[in-house]
Amino acid sequence: MSQTRLFSIPPRQDALVVPPLTEAERKPLTKKELAADHPTWCPGCGDFSVLALYYKLIEKRKIWHEKVTTVAGIGCSSRFPYFVQAHGAHFIHGRALPFASGISLSRPDLHVFAFSGDGDAFSIGGNHFSHTARKNIKMTLVVMDNWVYGLTKKQTSPTSPLGFKSKTDIWGAVDQPINPLKQALAAGATFIARTTHTNPNHLLQMMDAALDHDGFSFIQCLSECVEFFPGAFDSSNPRKGGQFVEVPKDHDVTDEGAAYKLAGQPFPGYFGILYKTSRPTKNALEAKIGADAQSKVQGLEPWQILQKTFDRMK
Amino acid sequence: MSDTATTATRSDALRISDVPEAVIRIAGNSQDGIQAIGGFLARLAGRSEQEVMTFMTIPSTISGGPSIFQVRIGSGEVLSSGDEADVLLAFYQHSYNDHLHSLKKGGIVLFDSDHVEPNPEAAKSYHHIGVPISSRTVEAIGGVGREKGKNVFALGLLAKMFHLNVPKLEQLIQERFTGKDTSVAQNAVLAFHAGYSFQLENVVELFRFMEGQKRAGNQVVMNGNEAIAYGLIAAGVRFGAAYPITPWSDIMELLRRELPKYGGCFIQCEDEIASVSMAIGASYAGRVAITGSSGPGIALKSEAIGWAVMAEVPLVVVDVQRGGPSTGMPTNVEQSDLNLAAFGGHGDSPRVVIAPANVEDCFYTTIEAVNIARKYSVPVILLTDQAIATRIEAFQEPNFKEICQDITPDLTPVADHKPYDLAAPDGVTRHVAPGTRIGSGKYPVVTGLEHDEMGHPTGSPKLHMAMTAKRRRKLQALAAELPAPDVFGAPDGEVLLVGWGSTQGPIREAVTRARREGQAISSMNLTYINPLPNGLEEVFSRFRRVFVVEMNDGGLYGYGQLAAILRARFCDARIEGINKTDGLTWKVREVLDAVRERVASTAGKNGH
Repeated sequence: MSQTRLFSIPPRQDALVVPPLTEAERKPLTKKELAADHPTWCPGCGDFSVLALYYKLIEKRKIWHEKVTTVAGIGCSSRFPYFVQAHGAHFIHGRALPFASGISLSRPDLHVFAFSGDGDAFSIGGNHFSHTARKNIKMTLVVMDNWVYGLTKKQTSPTSPLGFKSKTDIWGAVDQPINPLKQALAAGATFIARTTHTNPNHLLQMMDAALDHDGFSFIQCLSECVEFFPGAFDSSNPRKGGQFVEVPKDHDVTDEGAAYKLAGQPFPGYFGILYKTSRPTKNALEAKIGADAQSKVQGLEPWQILQKTFDRMK
Repeated sequence: MSDTATTATRSDALRISDVPEAVIRIAGNSQDGIQAIGGFLARLAGRSEQEVMTFMTIPSTISGGPSIFQVRIGSGEVLSSGDEADVLLAFYQHSYNDHLHSLKKGGIVLFDSDHVEPNPEAAKSYHHIGVPISSRTVEAIGGVGREKGKNVFALGLLAKMFHLNVPKLEQLIQERFTGKDTSVAQNAVLAFHAGYSFQLENVVELFRFMEGQKRAGNQVVMNGNEAIAYGLIAAGVRFGAAYPITPWSDIMELLRRELPKYGGCFIQCEDEIASVSMAIGASYAGRVAITGSSGPGIALKSEAIGWAVMAEVPLVVVDVQRGGPSTGMPTNVEQSDLNLAAFGGHGDSPRVVIAPANVEDCFYTTIEAVNIARKYSVPVILLTDQAIATRIEAFQEPNFKEICQDITPDLTPVADHKPYDLAAPDGVTRHVAPGTRIGSGKYPVVTGLEHDEMGHPTGSPKLHMAMTAKRRRKLQALAAELPAPDVFGAPDGEVLLVGWGSTQGPIREAVTRARREGQAISSMNLTYINPLPNGLEEVFSRFRRVFVVEMNDGGLYGYGQLAAILRARFCDARIEGINKTDGLTWKVREVLDAVRERVASTAGKNGH
């Protein structure tokens, strides 16, 4: 009946005529090649340092333009993809993780990075944070936590401390803030790290380690909002008279209970990898299901598999 | 069996009448396996030369609850599940009480005398045959289980009554239970034969289906949800994500099971929003992905679908409609998500909406949906419904070798790429997936913010106007490519019935019946709803009245959802709505009665 109208699509005409370079011929990308739009962040914003170190990571690890995909939701932090000269997607509020999961699960050849803020990741996207962690979908999530809604100009965020005066809590925040590290642990995240924009070396170390982690790697990066919550993290910054305390050397990163204790310390708390464990990724588990199923139909073209299925429906 | 043929032969002192078709309604509880009986009958018909159409209601309760399955088998074309049943098979008192009315006068009610006390009054209108189905089943299979197998016993009774092909049925029973303990299949065959050889008392005649027309090729038998799932596989889709909801869940269950064989996977997500987002992410990664749901879930997905419109990322969304609003009637049918599908987004967000008309059409329309999404980089909503999802039909087996597509993403490097090139003909740009190297070193960002040609944010009034027009022009180009729908009946006349989706069958049958009675009625079924194909006004102009027949409310102003779109589009005062909201499919008689009433009540008005 309707077999005739299936909307055929002509092949792409825009293929590159120049033969592609081989891996060996390519040089690591420079900051200049990686920089795209000039960031729209306010001068002094902590997010600048995350961006600079992301460039550095790509350069250091020799990742190519086309092999990295940068995904974000909505918020100041989530403008990230526009500032990176690589494939990127700026998705809707709170849903960067499922979007990034779709890429990760269907394209094992790509490095998937999601950048998010405290509102995007823990409030509107809270459900996805838990489920992406428990499913251990391979990607890196960096949450630039500034304890405030910046893009919408100073409303209370899920990580705003009690008493924080915002436009939605003029008398000071009354709701218990979320502890993202404890949440990540409870949800089953397999890599949990904490860092801050004021310590670039540490931030790069954490991103480096996250990239090497086979699974869902979560980095909480304190990133000061100089406009709406200035000085929020001063007590963690030695240059402002604070203390930057790293996770104790003898901490066992596979000890969930110990990690929970470290995560619960009052601010400024501990920085570094709090928890890291090895559990099969969703990517690997799905690949195994696929391999098992395909071993039973080996040598058959897709149309032949479908034919076999239909033979049973006659 | 209203048209019982005259040839009658004598056999075993019982008359055997040749019938062109029969409608059999089986009523029981959902755990009785009555859908299995329906499935056996449908499959048998598909393997013979009969057409088949089924109609199923499933209760939304967790276990048990009344359930029915109606199967219409005919030697000619069968378009609807049939208005009245010729035979009612009632397992319980409530089945008997609730469904006797669905039987035509003089019809046969076959009841389980272990559970049903017949009504003496009703015995005057319907031919009653009591069979101790429960106790005989237990007897036949050695007293195991709690009446399990009585569905197959009942199938045996029907096989006797309708002279069905016993070896073929045995074969079907064996196939159905392969993989299980061999005793299961053995018991089923025992129960079947016990039913088949049971001495039916009080029976005056047996029936035999007339030979159908020989059909070319093999017939396959499945329901609409299965046809959609396999259509997606044939189209080359290898990734999907969804959240369970009735009546969509079968599609995701099937894809979860089948996709791994093809190197794909289907993900069950934490919620509807995650699932549409994950599908869009996978589509962005290069191969069109799918998500689906029913009305409540589609409402939740709406924001993300709007993103796919804005970002110009292809996507297929299946909406298996049920009664709404809100949780509504989860196991009933309604065509009330059309507005949601076509307009359910904030901002100007043109998307494609297409609606398959029957089970076979589900298979092919799904492939089209995938290809439209790819070609125009746009979300396509495949609008089906509970009735088409659950009914089983036989159709000619597709030519898989020809139809199966490979849509592996093309990652060949490109020299330069503007994701939102305003100079592209008709505004149609192709999505270039991550992993594609771009010679110029300028990489695209796909985004929900209004953007320039490279995908970078802009507040420019000019660009917003140009990009809004670009997103719209793509669909106008698609409209020009769409075939005009066929008119069923004569090309002109008094009344044109316009329907969409699953109502095609009953509407066509109504037209056939009306034309036989000399009425100048034709019909037209719309598959492409947004955008509409060009040239419909010319079709409308050839009729004096245009009635849009829909399973939704006439609304505040008297027009159903499609009728309102058509009136807005064509400004044609001849367009009127015929609507119903009982959560059931159109019966042929209901359509004809509504048309007659409308024509009578407005005759003489407007100079008619």
